[in-house]
Formats: sequence, C-alpha cells, structure tokens
Amino acid sequence: MRVFRLHVNGDPVEVAAPEHWTLLEVLRYQLGLTGSKQGCDKGDCGACTVLVDGTPTLSCLSLAATVEDQQITTIEGLLPAHRAAGGEGADPLQESFDESGALQCGFCQPGMILSAKALLAENPDPSAAEIKESLAGNLCRCTGYTQIYEAVLAAAKADMHAAISTDSAKEVQS
Amino acid sequence: MAARDQHGAEAPWDQGFRVVGKENRKVDGLSKATGEAIYTDDIQLPGMLHAKMLRSPHPHARVLSVDTSKAEALPGVVGVLVGAELPVRYGVIPWTPDETALAVDKVRFIGDEVAAVAAVDEDTANEALDLIEVEYEVLDAILDPEQALVTPEPPIHEDRKRRDNISKHVELEFGDVAAQVEDADVVIEGDYTFHSTTHAAIEPHCAVAQPNSDGRITLWSSTQITHYVHRALARVLELDPARIRVIQPCLGGGFGGKSDPFSLEFVVAQLALKTGRPVKMLWTREEVFYAHRGRHPMKMHYRTTAKADGTITGVDAKLLIDGGSYSSFGLVTTYYSGQLLTGPYAFPNYRFDSTRVFTNRPPNGPKRGHGSVQPRFAFEIQLDEVAEQLSIDPIEIRRRNFLGEHTETVNGQRVTSNGFMQCLEEVEKASDWRERRGKLPFGRGLGVAGSMYISGTNYPVYPNKMPQAGVQLKIDRSGLVTVFTGGNDIGQGSNSMVAYLVAEELGIKVEHVKVVAADTDLCPVDLGAYSSRVTFMVGNAAIDGARKLRKQIVEAVAKNWEVEPRDVRLMDGTVVDLSAEARSMTHVEAFHLAEEMFDTLGSTGAYNTPTLGGDYRGGTIGSSPAYSFTAHVADVEVDTETGRITVNKVWVAHDCGRALNPMIVRGQMEGSTYMGAAEVSLESHHLNRFGLHAGPSLLDYRIPTSVDTPELEALIVESIDPEGPFGAKEAGEGPLHSTIPAIANAVFDAVGIRLRHLPFTPAKVLAALRAKEEQA
Repeated sequence: MRVFRLHVNGDPVEVAAPEHWTLLEVLRYQLGLTGSKQGCDKGDCGACTVLVDGTPTLSCLSLAATVEDQQITTIEGLLPAHRAAGGEGADPLQESFDESGALQCGFCQPGMILSAKALLAENPDPSAAEIKESLAGNLCRCTGYTQIYEAVLAAAKADMHAAISTDSAKEVQS
Repeated sequence: MAARDQHGAEAPWDQGFRVVGKENRKVDGLSKATGEAIYTDDIQLPGMLHAKMLRSPHPHARVLSVDTSKAEALPGVVGVLVGAELPVRYGVIPWTPDETALAVDKVRFIGDEVAAVAAVDEDTANEALDLIEVEYEVLDAILDPEQALVTPEPPIHEDRKRRDNISKHVELEFGDVAAQVEDADVVIEGDYTFHSTTHAAIEPHCAVAQPNSDGRITLWSSTQITHYVHRALARVLELDPARIRVIQPCLGGGFGGKSDPFSLEFVVAQLALKTGRPVKMLWTREEVFYAHRGRHPMKMHYRTTAKADGTITGVDAKLLIDGGSYSSFGLVTTYYSGQLLTGPYAFPNYRFDSTRVFTNRPPNGPKRGHGSVQPRFAFEIQLDEVAEQLSIDPIEIRRRNFLGEHTETVNGQRVTSNGFMQCLEEVEKASDWRERRGKLPFGRGLGVAGSMYISGTNYPVYPNKMPQAGVQLKIDRSGLVTVFTGGNDIGQGSNSMVAYLVAEELGIKVEHVKVVAADTDLCPVDLGAYSSRVTFMVGNAAIDGARKLRKQIVEAVAKNWEVEPRDVRLMDGTVVDLSAEARSMTHVEAFHLAEEMFDTLGSTGAYNTPTLGGDYRGGTIGSSPAYSFTAHVADVEVDTETGRITVNKVWVAHDCGRALNPMIVRGQMEGSTYMGAAEVSLESHHLNRFGLHAGPSLLDYRIPTSVDTPELEALIVESIDPEGPFGAKEAGEGPLHSTIPAIANAVFDAVGIRLRHLPFTPAKVLAALRAKEEQA
C-alpha cells in the first residue's frame, strides 16, 4: 500500500491503495468514481478513458503512481465544471449525447464523451471524418456510432453558437 | 385473447399522440452520460469479498479429484467452493438441464468452471487458484460438428436417454418439396457456412451477492433475464425463491449474451451464504469470450425450386448446428433455424432437417437474431442466385414472392401487419438501385436482402397460463406515477418505452413517470429481454395498467365537474373540460379527486399472447403475436489485388409497426446493421485445433471501431400492427438479419463471385476471383 496524491476533477485527494494499482482501480474502487468503466482491462475498448491534463488517457493502462502531478478529469467532473462556469444542466456534450439517442447501454459513453471533449477543445468545428478518427479508440457495441457522430456534431454546433453569442454580447457591451 | 391484451393502435385521447412518435429523451440518458448510473461492478459493499474461478485447461476430461486445502490455507482466503457443493443441474430450457455451477464430474470445454475462491481481494483470490490441485483424466475431444455427428463415443453428456452427441434433431415438412424438382424451371442447390461469432458487450459479466441476517439473499447481476436467474438460483441453491431477491442494475449491453443463468451467479450466492459476507465476481474479458453463448456456427445445405417468373415453389434445407458443450437455448435454436424462414416470402412447400450436436467448444446460445440469422444468410444468397439465373432484378424477385399481410405462413404461423413491400421500396429508392445496380464499375456493387423476425414468442420457456408480462402502477399525491416492471432494460430503452406509453395513456408528461424495473422483490414477473419481446409485451401490459387508472381518474373528475366522462380530457398534465364550460385542473388535482373517490390509487396490467402456432409438435416455437420485416441494400467495394471487401454504406428499412420513439428505433436499426456487417469479414470467434481461443480480446476478435463501420442509413417503415402497443413491433433484432446476405450479394454484383462461406476473408475472396478467371 502507498498513499497517492492525486488531483481529480479539481480536488486534491490523498488515497491509499496497493502500489501496483492502475488509475482506473484507484478511481473506481478507492474513490468511488465508478463512472469510468472497465471493459477489457488491457487498453482495447476505451471505456476507462479519462483526461489527464486534457489528453484522453486509458486509465486501465496508467499506474496511479504515474499521474500524481497531473490534472485528472473523469466523467463525474464535467457537470460540476460546467455549473462552476455558470452553465445550466449538464455539459453540452452530455446533453447532446442524451438528445441524439447516442446512449444505449451507456457503458462506453463516459470514455466516448471524454474523447469527444478533448477533440472539441482542440478543434471546435470538426468534420465528420475528424470525429470518426478521434473516436476510433472508444469501442461502442450498441449504436453503430452514427448517433454518436450526430451528438458530437450537435455539441460542436451548440458550442460555436454559445461562443458566437458570447462574442456578440461582448461586442454589444464594448 | 383477453380484452386486456388488445388496446388498439390509435392515440388514447382525441388530440392525437402527445408522447408516442416523438424523439423524447430517454429516462436514463443523462444518468448514463454523467457517470451517475450504477452498473453491477459499480456496487461496493462493506466487507465485500472478491471471487475468482478456476477453469479447465482441457476441452474434455473427467474430474477425478479437487484438492483445495492449500488454497484454503492461504492468508486472505475466506471461502472456497467446489462442484460437489452445488450439484443440482440447471439449464435455461427446463427440459435440458445439463449444466452445473462448477464441474461435478466432467469438464466439457477449455474454460469450463471447476472451483471458485473468495478472498479479501482479487490478487489473493488469483493466487489461491494456483494452489488448487485438480486431477483430470483427459478424454478425446470433439471439436468439429461433422465429427460429433458420426462419433457417438464418448458422449459429451453421458446420462441422457440417447447415447450420442446429438443435442436436438428437428425435421419438419410442409407440402412436398421433392415433387417440385421435376416441374421447376430453375433449381439452385448449394452449401453455405456461418462461422462462430459472439456478442462482445462492452460490460463483462459481473455478479454481487449479499447475505442477510434473516437468511435472505440479494443478488445483483448483469443479466438480461432476472426472472429465469431467480428460478435457477432457487433450484440450485435449494432455497425458497421468496428468500431470494434478484436485481439487474444498469446493463452494459447484452445482445443475448447475458440470457442464460451463468455459473458466477450461483457461485457468488453460495459463497456469500457460506462466508456470511458480500461476494463479488467480475469476469475478465478473456473469461467472457469463453463464457460465450454466441451465435451457433451452422453448415447449411439449401435447394430452392422456382418457376420461370421467379415464383418459389419449394425450399429444402438441411442444417448442421454446432451447439458447443451445453444445451443452453439449443432446443429453441434448432427449431428457429427452420421455423423462422417462412417469410417475408411465400413458398408453398418447405422442409427443414436441423441437427444440433454437442462439441467440446464454449457453449453456443442466442445472439441477436437467435437461430435465424444463419439460415437467412444462406437463403437470401440462394434467392439472389435464382434471380440471376432467371435474369430477374433481385428486388423484383423479392416482390414477386411477397407473403402478404394478415395471412399464414406455410408452417402455420399467423402473420398480421407486414410492411416488407414498403421496406423494399425505401431501400430501392434511397440507394438509387435502378440507376446503379449492375451499372457500377467493376469492383463496386449493390446487393439486396430481406428478412422477418419475431416480436416476442408464444413459447414461455416453462409452460404456464400466467401472463408473460406484468406491470404495477402506483400513484403518488405529488403527481408522480411509478411503474414497476420485471422487464429488463439492457440499453435498448425499454424503461423509456414504458414511461412513454404510461404518460401517453394518462395524458401526463414523461417526467412525471418513474420506472422501477428488474427487481424480483418489487416488480411483477416479466420473462425478460430476449426474443425481441419487451416492447410488444411489456408495452401492452403498461397500456393495460394505465388504462385502468385513467378510467378512475376520468370518472372522478367527471363527477366533480358534473359532466360526462367523455368530456374530460387529459393532455400534457392538464385536465380540460370539453363541454361548454371552459375549465381545467392539473393532473395532480385530478389524482387527488380520484384518490378521494377510489382510495389509494394503483393498478396492475398484464399481457399474454393469443393462442398461435401450427398444430404439430414444435408448432408454437417460432410463433409470435407479430413479425417485423426488414430489407437491406449494401454498397461494397472489392479490392481485387488484396481481396479486401469494404462496405461503403448500408441502407436499412425496417417495419417496426409504429416507432414509439423514432430516435430509439433508428439506434436499434443502426446498431443491428453495424453488428451484422461486422460478422461478414471482421469478427470470428475462432478456436484452434486444441479448443483454445485464438485471440480472446476485443482487438483480436476485431469488433469494429468507428473507422471500420460503414455509413448507415436507417429508414423507418410503419405498418401499424393491430395488436402491438399503439401498433408497435420489435426493432432490436430483425434489422441485423439481412445485412449479411445483402453484403454477400453486393460482392457478386461488384466482381461476379458468389461467396457462400463466412467469414469472407481476403484469402477466400482472392481464391474465388482466381477460380472465376480460370473458368473464363
């Protein structure tokens, strides 16, 4: 056992766990953040994807000890962050996944949504092909992916819309 | 058929549908998107132990002894279990109980469960497994179904009435197929192979058991069928079922792979009872590949006779089905392999001879489109061959053989609504078939196929006269309606479907309906998520229960307003007076009036199928209160240098009766088509010659990523079924079937080769291209 000092969803946390535990194990079984899923435990499925300093990362292949100095975002962190930024409801991606029917069994979606989050942060106006490419590390067995693309496109559009209205609001104010 | 089972296809109030047919959000969508939803492995209980399985390294062996003493002595090990402690046999089909939770006398495939250990953590449990000593007497293994057919000794199951390796044989003939051969203008005969594929739900199987101090036990399990798990647990643990509670938390995908009772469910329950502590077992991905219950591999021989105008006169089929090591749903699979082919085309003469054999491979079971995807693959290719020989357009030949609606199939199945002709029209139009088919450059082509599937089955697994689906409704003074249903939401959205129907029927908003599902202590029995039965059966039960409450609410409001009940209308949570006086109240106020008049408000709803099926042994297996219909067109490219097939796009038109939520229906159609397309050339549950899985991981098995998935276009067809809930039928399994033969037929259009043996690997494509060149 050892104590890990992690930064999860903006909170500094100290947690004791076996030294060889992965980030996924620590998140799920010590911190109770069970939104990150385990589908294969070998880096194939992407259901365990979290953001480490904003980069989509397979938490089942990352030892908890290796990410102590970095900012970890799990699916549970999106809604509070959105609220903290003055938003309503859930994160726009979470809302658009729900509105587009992209959530069937939902097991792959936390990882999928975080991969999409990273994509939109880097590329706010992605093409369908770019979305496809960026989600290739997240396996979904229910949807055939189509409604997932629709969800990401809708969220991108909503984000752009929000950005444009903020900009125009600023223009009006100035 | 009882009146309670039929509710009409029309909107319950005269203003048309307010909820049904709209793209409403799902009741659990946001909880899944935010990580709040709880799946089985998310459950952590104080003092919980972690269990692991010891599995057989041999495909076929006698278990002579199991010594667990060293494992028990390992610090941290709390409980150990061997087969002798759970000797009672079970099986999902009551007539073929041939499984035990852990091996009692024999192991029958590599991966068969032998012993289990519960320890303080998984690492300790795994370490303890290595300390268990098992003495095996290795037996000859049968890994090939052809070999199983001719090798009665050693029987894989020794204590059955028949001493051979035949699991089930069904032979049925309707009309006279042999007599058609002489008069036929065309006879097409050929062999077809469907390989082994598996479900690969992203959530691995998991179960958690908690013993209670009063002798009761609770099991949370990633199952599609809580009711059958409940029955099987009572049988194997030899406990009063009233002391067992089974709960299905959120399920991370099923597709049929979580339909059987699984060894881990019995093992965690028994270990919990033995140790007095909660116990969890989570299978690894590798274990899930061995647990399998995937699509049965089939070797199929078909002969189709037809007239010069393309009319089919007879179909003759002989099928060899690899059952793997246990019976599972095999009795039903064997019937389905023949019984479900008799639409959407009419053929006056039909025979099938299906044999399911045991082999020492992981057991096969129901995968999406149970038992009927394989014959559909073979027959739809053969129908294409008939069309080719007669120079008839492949869509046209399918039209000419249309079964019709409100009719009966050759094997005596009643068919109600049938939108197949419109399905053909939709895919023909969307794919620009007339302009493109047969006219694309060499290497690219279009192919079509059609299919039919059941919306639930008349056959309730264990015979009884009780309803197949039940719901219970409770009304709260807050205005919230809680619906309790035994139905299993496995991601297909059945809880949302129940909420939509109850909201529609009561004239309230969807957010005022809460669904509590799949908890045997709280919910009335439903037979579970299999055979595409939930929308049809639970949906009808939900309407039945809500309609009774609606009657009470309307009566109470009418009395209060002193108007006729027909003048009271509920809409979106508001009750309005349609008579002269313009007045209204909220649905909450109406609920209060009803409670004053009728006391505490609640109701039950139920559904049972009408008496259906042919008058012969097995005639009810494959009979359904309604059938769904599908047509696919695939656009493929074949690289003649590499032999690689690329599916560019698949159009899928599906007759779902009425789309209760078109967004969810589209998701089912796209997901089914994706899964079918994956079986063509990517996925293969391949065992080596020792019975060892060649690559038990998602990447080696090759489930498609986003970049491997063709573009999908879903085209919903609504035939409005007279008996479905507001006219609905299934959409979750039917739209898989014809994907595969549509792609095979498109390959023919692209490069002129007939591929009949799945999977279509580049090597097979190149060999067929070479053979074609040599012929020319």
